[in-house]
Amino acid sequence: MSRPPSLVILLVLLFTASAQADDEPRKILIADPFIELHTGPGRGYPIFHVVERGREVYIVKRRTDWFQIRTDRGVEGWAPREQMIATLEPTGEPLDLQEPARENYMSRRWQGGVMAGDFGGASLISAFGGYAFSDNLSIELTVNHILGEFSNGYSATLGLMHVFVPEWRISPYFTLGTGVIYTEPKSTLVQAEDRDDQIGYVGGGLQFYLTRRFMLRSEYRNNVIFTSRDDNEEVDEWKYLGFAFFF
Amino acid sequence: MEVSRIRVLFLIVLCSATLPGCAWIGRGGDLPPEPVAPAAQTDEGLGAPETEGPIINPQVERREIKRTRIDTEDFEIGAYVGILSIEDFESNAVYGARLAYHLTEDFFLEGTLGQSRAGRTSYENLSGSADLLEDDDRDYTYYALSMGWNALPGEIFIGKNRAYNSAFYLVAGIGSTRFAGDDRFTVNGGFGFRVLPSDWLAVHFDVRDHVFDIDLLGKKKIVNNLEAHLGLSIFF
Repeated sequence: MSRPPSLVILLVLLFTASAQADDEPRKILIADPFIELHTGPGRGYPIFHVVERGREVYIVKRRTDWFQIRTDRGVEGWAPREQMIATLEPTGEPLDLQEPARENYMSRRWQGGVMAGDFGGASLISAFGGYAFSDNLSIELTVNHILGEFSNGYSATLGLMHVFVPEWRISPYFTLGTGVIYTEPKSTLVQAEDRDDQIGYVGGGLQFYLTRRFMLRSEYRNNVIFTSRDDNEEVDEWKYLGFAFFF
Repeated sequence: MEVSRIRVLFLIVLCSATLPGCAWIGRGGDLPPEPVAPAAQTDEGLGAPETEGPIINPQVERREIKRTRIDTEDFEIGAYVGILSIEDFESNAVYGARLAYHLTEDFFLEGTLGQSRAGRTSYENLSGSADLLEDDDRDYTYYALSMGWNALPGEIFIGKNRAYNSAFYLVAGIGSTRFAGDDRFTVNGGFGFRVLPSDWLAVHFDVRDHVFDIDLLGKKKIVNNLEAHLGLSIFF
């Protein structure tokens, strides 16, 4: 039981090491009349330094929409994305921040996120990841944690997802797939046993492009659980709200 | 009642959005593909630098530039140690790991994984009869997926020459708690304070309430398990 904390410490040390081993920072040219450096990566932090046009500065790192800049005199401060767009590469080309925006929303390939909802009356926590073959069609892996009053369970499904009009900001989709579900009755119940069953589903939902690389999603699935009993079981699955990002 | 109303509403929204969408399927294929990014297109088509005359000083010498990627540090990984009060089962040390992703300067997503161990209830101590829980069932582990809001960003000042960035944030989310042999859907909420001694290191102080239903003693009740912890994390 004492293993997980030591593992975490090890991980933290590992990341410390990688955080130290930085590449040489990227050099850029200021093209705006001036850019303002804030003391922290946020709009409220005071401006303490100004770098004027034509000066070369280094981008040390980026956090959300803020860039840490180091001037040739060694002053370090944070500048917002809106000002960075107007800077140039040393070659004279505009700085390409290479970030997903509405324009390349269409060319997204990988997507992941979490959703929450209801699985036949039980609470549902769901994580998913997907890869898009084309603008419309993608394959998606979903892992569910089902937390009910009488039983808990996990399910993992693999399915196809078809987005009808991907260029719309709010666009509906259709999904179809199969997987496995593991059900574990609560320990307070007597005479109950764990079960492994196959599951198939058909469903639909909506995805809403929020901003930058983020999307909201809402989904319904009609599940059929192929039980070992005489009758199959049908379960409605509602994922009321989910958060997704693409890259 | 409420749930079914939401479902009906959801279905109506879904239908109204899907039906016009279907009509578009056929047409969608004929449309020319949208340009991926305007900047990329001009780069390929034209000798880009010449067309952007006014910005560039023609005296600038051409240099071979090895373009390094910008080091984006939106993720935060860390560990924490604190005290968790498990309702009816004493307070105990809690250890955990934390992974956060900063979406914007205001909001972040956070995943936490923690473990603790339940003590003995007053009843077990006083009555001297059989224990309510077996030894294994006293292990308490949880995970939580939360959304955080940096409500009060700022700086703290130590002495005359030192200023460190800080933020007071609010967090709320959902997750699961494994205790007494079962997983339970858990809602968590709380607040925290973060100070950054350096640009890549953060020290956290967090207070969380983990709320779930439990029917361990035969009757279902809501429990509030309060947690206070101190953590260290690294941006990467």
